[in-house]
Amino acid sequence: MIARLIEGVSRRALILIAVFVAALAIAPVFVGDYLLTVLILILYFSYTGQAWNIMMGFSGLLSLGHALYVGLGAYTAAALYVHFGIGPWIGLLAAVPLAMACGAFMAFLAFRFRVAGVYFAILTIAFAEFARIGFDHFGWVGGSGGFFLPVAQYAQNDLWRLRGAPVMFYYVMLAATVLAFLCCRILLKSRMGYFWLAIREDEQAARAAGIDTFRYKMYAVMISAGMTAFAGVFYAFFYNNLFPEQAFNILRSIELILAPMVGGLGTLFGPIIGAFLLEGLAEGLRNLLEYFGIDIPGTKQLFFGAVLLLVVVALPEGVWPWLMRRLGFVERKP
Amino acid sequence: MGGRRVLPKGPSVPVETYLNVATGGILTGLVYGLMALGLSVIFGVVRVVNFAHGEMMTIAMYIAVVLFAAFGLDPLIMLVPIAALMFALGYLLQRGVINSFITRPEYTQFLLLIAVAIIVVNGLLIVFGPDARNVQTSYAFDSFQIGKLIVDANKLYAALAAIVVAGTLLGFFRFTRIGTAIRACADNYTGAQVVGLDVNQLYALTFGLGSACVGAAGSMLVLIIDVTPQVGPVYTLLAFVIVITGGLGSMPGALLGGVLIGLTEALAGLLFSPSAKSMFAFGILVLVLLFRPQGIMGKRGA
Repeated sequence: MIARLIEGVSRRALILIAVFVAALAIAPVFVGDYLLTVLILILYFSYTGQAWNIMMGFSGLLSLGHALYVGLGAYTAAALYVHFGIGPWIGLLAAVPLAMACGAFMAFLAFRFRVAGVYFAILTIAFAEFARIGFDHFGWVGGSGGFFLPVAQYAQNDLWRLRGAPVMFYYVMLAATVLAFLCCRILLKSRMGYFWLAIREDEQAARAAGIDTFRYKMYAVMISAGMTAFAGVFYAFFYNNLFPEQAFNILRSIELILAPMVGGLGTLFGPIIGAFLLEGLAEGLRNLLEYFGIDIPGTKQLFFGAVLLLVVVALPEGVWPWLMRRLGFVERKP
Repeated sequence: MGGRRVLPKGPSVPVETYLNVATGGILTGLVYGLMALGLSVIFGVVRVVNFAHGEMMTIAMYIAVVLFAAFGLDPLIMLVPIAALMFALGYLLQRGVINSFITRPEYTQFLLLIAVAIIVVNGLLIVFGPDARNVQTSYAFDSFQIGKLIVDANKLYAALAAIVVAGTLLGFFRFTRIGTAIRACADNYTGAQVVGLDVNQLYALTFGLGSACVGAAGSMLVLIIDVTPQVGPVYTLLAFVIVITGGLGSMPGALLGGVLIGLTEALAGLLFSPSAKSMFAFGILVLVLLFRPQGIMGKRGA
């Protein structure tokens, strides 16, 4: 199993990965609260990027509505916690299947009626918007007024109920990111992973080769949706408040896909590199502006957009493939 | 989206109210249709999905607001210069940035235009702040009475202007040499190159025309709705919904889709709750995608 996992990866790459993970594992000892929050965000976007990548990067299905699964996961777990006192890990057992079912429903309609390409992307947006407006009017979870988890000062970190200090959230997200990375690696190396790549490259050819493309595309959507739902559960318990306007917003969906796109679509390190670059950039800009005493709303995002534009123009295939060539890694392009 | 006016609600809504609301919805829908027409033209020819479409419209809306506030210039009269300005902007955007992306994969185009959208939204936020702006013309509260039907003057003027602009554009594509050349590009990219058309130039022109459409729509829409920097993404989505409902790449389809969505939103706002109205627009979108994916007026396989 482990042998297969690291098959074809150079020693140099393995050592670098190990150093990287170790550095992340001991990071909370050295960084302050502010930097820790930034790191949590980076890990969050690495994780969601990884999940989204299964659909777009591996199978070529562009989803612009992943906020739907984040929101569903968040609301399900939060509602179970607030109304019935059910903890997030049990809540996950409801949140993940719900998101998967929702993804499966959309995917079934899309693939059954042959909605593809741009149209598929718009359909995903439509479902997310549908949910946003629906939750705006869903009184049981607060409607547009928002849904709040009880907040208190916790003397001890309660991992089981996800109540505690940011350090605990950091390690939860780190573990999730590492697991997601390994999971994606295993999936990519599996029979299904190769089917996905075949579908991504040429769906008709894949079908001609005897691959049940309908079924494997469904799996891609469901796995991606389920993984994303966990990020939603995390989101709910980390921020303690949920607003449909924020959770399901199209901007959330876009925010979530930037890391893998900038990092390198369809690569395993792309989402991670992308998240580090984008979050690092955003926070760097914030501090720079603070240093110069510029406090106009939108300035940070404006620079962010400009840099994003530059990255897209200069490195169209993403940062990671370019970096990989520079570092001389032999990870085969999946 | 929709009007500023609060309508009477409750079980005993007279029939006239429905008719008035429906008329308002159709008129607003025509302006929506013009906005979506820009998106449809750009997609139909350049094959790029303009993810910054609504954001470009907010630029035009702010120009109209500023011109009115500073010089008292009526947005309906400033429609032509604003459209011309947006034409220049779209032309330069296509020439300068987007043109090198037309042969690249779709997702890089998305990313590029999302970056443009982020820049536009936040640029406007820096310049104008987050507050809603609008234009209060002298005829803002005028209305015409036709029988029992009451029609808002500003909506009627805006809709008429939208029809004129859309008609001009349709005529341009049908009867002029450049219009024919652009249609040739849309039909067959390689063929157009073979017969010696300057495709890059025509693409830039098309992007300019699409932007001019959205510019014209924006300067009319300030008569009907308030503008904030954050409203851009909402209208990008609305334009997608309209264009797909009507048929991506079909020009009459965009107008028809606009009317349909405008009407749906207005009636849903009246019958249910104004905040739930865009849910019905998305509902229509999903139904169209599933049962007639090429759109109401679209051609199969387009």
